Amino acid sequence: MLEVRGLTKRFGGFTAVNNVSFKVDEGEILGLIGPNGSGKSTIFNMLSGTLAPNGGSILFQGREIGGSAPHAIINSGVGRTFQIPRPFRRLSILENVVLAGFYGQGGGQGGHSRAAAETSAREALEMVGLPTNPSTRVDGLGAAGLKKLELAKAIATKPRLLLADESLGGLDEGEMDQAADMLRRIRAELGITIIWVEHIMGVLMRVVDRVMVLDHGEKIAEGLPTEVVRDPRVIEVYLGTDADAVHAVAEAARA
Amino acid sequence: MNRSLLWVIAGVLLVGMPFVYGAPYPMHIIITILIWSFAYTSWSMMGRVGLVSLGHGGFMGVGAYATALLWNNLGLSPWLGIPVGLVCAALLALVVAWPCFRFRITGHYFALVTLALSGIVLQVITATRDLTGGSLGYTPNRVPGGSSFWAFQFTEKHTWYMIALIVWAAGLAIWYAVERSMLRYALEAISEDEDAAAAAGVNVTLEKLKITVLSAMMTAMAGALYCQYQMFVSPDTVSGISVSLQMVFAVVVGGLYVALGPTVGAVITILLGEGLRIGFGTSAVGWDNLIYGLLLVVFIIFLPKGILGSIMGAFRRAPAKAAA
Repeated sequence: MLEVRGLTKRFGGFTAVNNVSFKVDEGEILGLIGPNGSGKSTIFNMLSGTLAPNGGSILFQGREIGGSAPHAIINSGVGRTFQIPRPFRRLSILENVVLAGFYGQGGGQGGHSRAAAETSAREALEMVGLPTNPSTRVDGLGAAGLKKLELAKAIATKPRLLLADESLGGLDEGEMDQAADMLRRIRAELGITIIWVEHIMGVLMRVVDRVMVLDHGEKIAEGLPTEVVRDPRVIEVYLGTDADAVHAVAEAARA
Repeated sequence: MNRSLLWVIAGVLLVGMPFVYGAPYPMHIIITILIWSFAYTSWSMMGRVGLVSLGHGGFMGVGAYATALLWNNLGLSPWLGIPVGLVCAALLALVVAWPCFRFRITGHYFALVTLALSGIVLQVITATRDLTGGSLGYTPNRVPGGSSFWAFQFTEKHTWYMIALIVWAAGLAIWYAVERSMLRYALEAISEDEDAAAAAGVNVTLEKLKITVLSAMMTAMAGALYCQYQMFVSPDTVSGISVSLQMVFAVVVGGLYVALGPTVGAVITILLGEGLRIGFGTSAVGWDNLIYGLLLVVFIIFLPKGILGSIMGAFRRAPAKAAA
């Protein structure tokens, strides 16, 4: 589904992502982890078109998307959420999602109908559990609600691949479990392949099929969660610094 | 309250008004108000979504001068000349706006670029004196007898009233059509966060160009109409920075986010201008600009929704409170 080869991004003299290659298979949930500044978000921004790569290729369903405009990538079937939710506060909740449903499926450039956009918006809102009432404003939503809205907007564009950026920051444990279940359901019910970038390791390890670990812009490990947590390099650069995470992963590995 | 019934009643009253009371001076004021209301409505379609243009005087000038020049030099009827003027304005809008949008020149910087546009159009009209008459202004050649459908020249105020009324109503209809369209959702989203809008699949540059070209063409239409009605244009009355600023002022005062806000703004600015002219004569030349400037500051600070926007907001809140 997605094949990334030799992806590289430099900011001036600093190499944020260095020659990273990976594949994502259809129907998979791939976890992407790494310490702060390891290049996770930079990779995400290149996959979604916000940044243009300096080198390498990104093949999505056999087509090169590296360096394309963000809206073109979204329209080709890649959805994304932002680490910090970015709702449109001047629109209602439903309007936010209708917008994504319309433009994310080719609207505004001769494609797609508004009625179909409204249908996919309502489906997306029901999926994440937000009200479909046309007049409910964004301002009433808390942290968890805003994250749900981010997901609803991404789902409404009817993606084949969803890029979920640190969806769980700022949630309590119950909300985290709910959100993790949500990603599982999105895959199971909508058949959407997911790349999930996350700081909160325990929850991530329970949901993902495979995990890829980055450090200083380079891939240092890739494999099943149970394998990756035993990798000495991973423990050193990532888990070794965070006792809670080691504990959580060990628990996850046992389960 | 039945909204469509209200519109029908308002329509009948407006259409019937000149047959009941049609003295030339009040008619002239009302026609002027309608034409400028249309121009202000055109500006507000961009302004309300954060695209603050200080260059709309330029589009107005293009519409006015293109129509008049084609008539005088080539004998081309305004029925064809106006569309040509609109296309010219659309092209000018593309040339100025595309690089701005493509390279993400937004907010204050976009306003500055457009400010230059209105200055440039003014300079071009003034500099090409042999063709446009320069700062002395320009007069479309009159047809013998004064009125001609083909020449888009009418001596009857009633005829002009109907034309201005139709164009003004069409402007409102376009405003409502945009209000209800997906384009407006996209533009609201873009005005808040361009990256997030792009992540929702919006082609940010394309959607901004759509509203800019539409707004520019409508403004050019207003310019052409104004020229045909007055049978005289000068660079200062239809292009340049003062006209552009007047649009901003009128819309902010009337109400940026409501359909009739620009119309309320036109009523206020034109009555203010006329009042000063009649009350103080030539000693008050330029006072209106001074008052605009002062009021603009006061309104942006204390009444950012404008007069009509604030009144309608108060009415909407009142029933909600009564229900609660």
